[in-house]
Amino acid sequence: MRALVPVLTVVAAIVALWYGGSVWLNSQWTHDQAARVGVEVSLTGVVADTMMQERPVLPAPHQVAKGLWDGVMGQRITSKRSLVWHGWITLSATMLGFAIGTAAGIALAVGIVHSRAMDLSVMPWAIASQTVPILAIAPMVIVVLGGPPMNLPPLIAKAVIAAYLTFFPVVVGMVKGLRSPDAMQLDLLRTYNASALDTLIKLRLPAAMPYLFASLKVAVAASVVGTIVAELPSGAVAGLGARLLQGSYYGQTVQIWAALFMAATLAAGLVAIIALVERLALARMGMGR
Amino acid sequence: MSWFWGAILFWLAAWALNLRLAARAGGRGAARLAVPALFGITLLVLWEGTVRGFAVPGVILPAPSAIWGTLTGSLPILWGDFVQTILKGALSGYVIGCAAAVLTAVAIDRSAFLQRGLLPVGNFVAALPVVGIAPILVMWFGFDWQSKAAVVVVMVFFPVLVNTVAGLAATDRLSRDQMATWGASYGQALFKLRLPAAMPFIFNGLKIATTLALIGAIVAEFFGSPTRGMGFRISTAVGQLALDLVWAEIAVAALAGSAFYGLVAAVERAVTFWHPSQRGR
Repeated sequence: MRALVPVLTVVAAIVALWYGGSVWLNSQWTHDQAARVGVEVSLTGVVADTMMQERPVLPAPHQVAKGLWDGVMGQRITSKRSLVWHGWITLSATMLGFAIGTAAGIALAVGIVHSRAMDLSVMPWAIASQTVPILAIAPMVIVVLGGPPMNLPPLIAKAVIAAYLTFFPVVVGMVKGLRSPDAMQLDLLRTYNASALDTLIKLRLPAAMPYLFASLKVAVAASVVGTIVAELPSGAVAGLGARLLQGSYYGQTVQIWAALFMAATLAAGLVAIIALVERLALARMGMGR
Repeated sequence: MSWFWGAILFWLAAWALNLRLAARAGGRGAARLAVPALFGITLLVLWEGTVRGFAVPGVILPAPSAIWGTLTGSLPILWGDFVQTILKGALSGYVIGCAAAVLTAVAIDRSAFLQRGLLPVGNFVAALPVVGIAPILVMWFGFDWQSKAAVVVVMVFFPVLVNTVAGLAATDRLSRDQMATWGASYGQALFKLRLPAAMPFIFNGLKIATTLALIGAIVAEFFGSPTRGMGFRISTAVGQLALDLVWAEIAVAALAGSAFYGLVAAVERAVTFWHPSQRGR
């Protein structure tokens, strides 16, 4: 709670800067309009006008808030103009991909920890793949999987990308976590004559939980980004990414910002949910802080 | 089908060899390079064998040999895209964004109030889909590389800022007291103790930012670009179903990304040679 006042101050400063920026960036249009009809505008007139243009260069915060409110509350949820509907399309693909990627990542990590050859051969590639701009492939995956002859629904094609982006952070984090029990703990299980499976279930997996949750937080943010970028290729009509693209085609800046804030809320919400589950799970396992 | 079964055989043989190598050498010396290299080659052989064995059409998945042919055959195009996207867009944005972040971190270093306020906000923003700001910045800065650089600046700023602030706080009380007993000024303590001690953290942020920079520069081109650039080429080549060209671009992006990361890691090794994670290699 000690951080509340400073955080609020910083947020207030950002909002103030934003208002200043929208006055500065939008005033050009106001002056042009005034010059065209040959009237002088006062300073207050300029400021007032920059706050409520139809297609401002930088919408003022309250315009974005209104756009967000209209998109979330002002529409039926099934309407194509509803941000809830677009958000749900994005969220469902993200979640499907996240689940697949997490399961596959944990499975591969278990394999890597138990097989020396797999560790040596797969791990360098898993780490190197983190340096590759995977997202650039997203449009290709969508077109190849979604078009003939595969004709997979867009949900699956997008989930593939989200799964891919989830996969590697989980693998890297889980390998580290499964290796985190020290020699003494492993020796203790050996004196109990525990099998590899017992060691995995009773020692390695519980010990890996903090690492798993740290990776999941990174991975869920990445998979939201992946789904949104996957929605960019032309032809996509649903989802927050498609909303961004349409807004940029038609110069609807308020729509872009509203979609952006919806996406930010979605990502932040998912990270917050994982953080909550982390706190509950670790407290339950006696590892809470 | 013989292609496919040949690839499977190769896979089994390579796997057996890898098992022996890993068991014998225990992961030291040449095995550390040979095992992953063999694994990578196996993947390529499996890919090639599957594509040829099942006669997968090139519009779904081109074979590695076809991609290599396109790669070597269209070097001028690839080089032009590389210059436009990586050198102009990503690199300039990376330098501006990282410099701005480090300078901001040093500037707010004296104010505990600002740090307490900015760190949670920075951590929050670092987890957001910042790349969504690309259409807005493309609208502001035009279609050429300046808008891509702007996207990259926004994307790399917060991860580097958060890491630098954490790094500047990483010195222990004892070292700072030592500086105080020597009568060191704020600037001396900053440059001689705290900035060097922050380097491992700063480089951690810089390494995260390399990938972000490439992603930002490429994705921003999906929202509008001149008729060159890797993102432009990928989106138009996908539309023409010229997937071998797309894969060639991806190969270039992967190489550039790894090289960029490797470069930053090499600089890190030179700068933070004293840190435990760099010693004993």
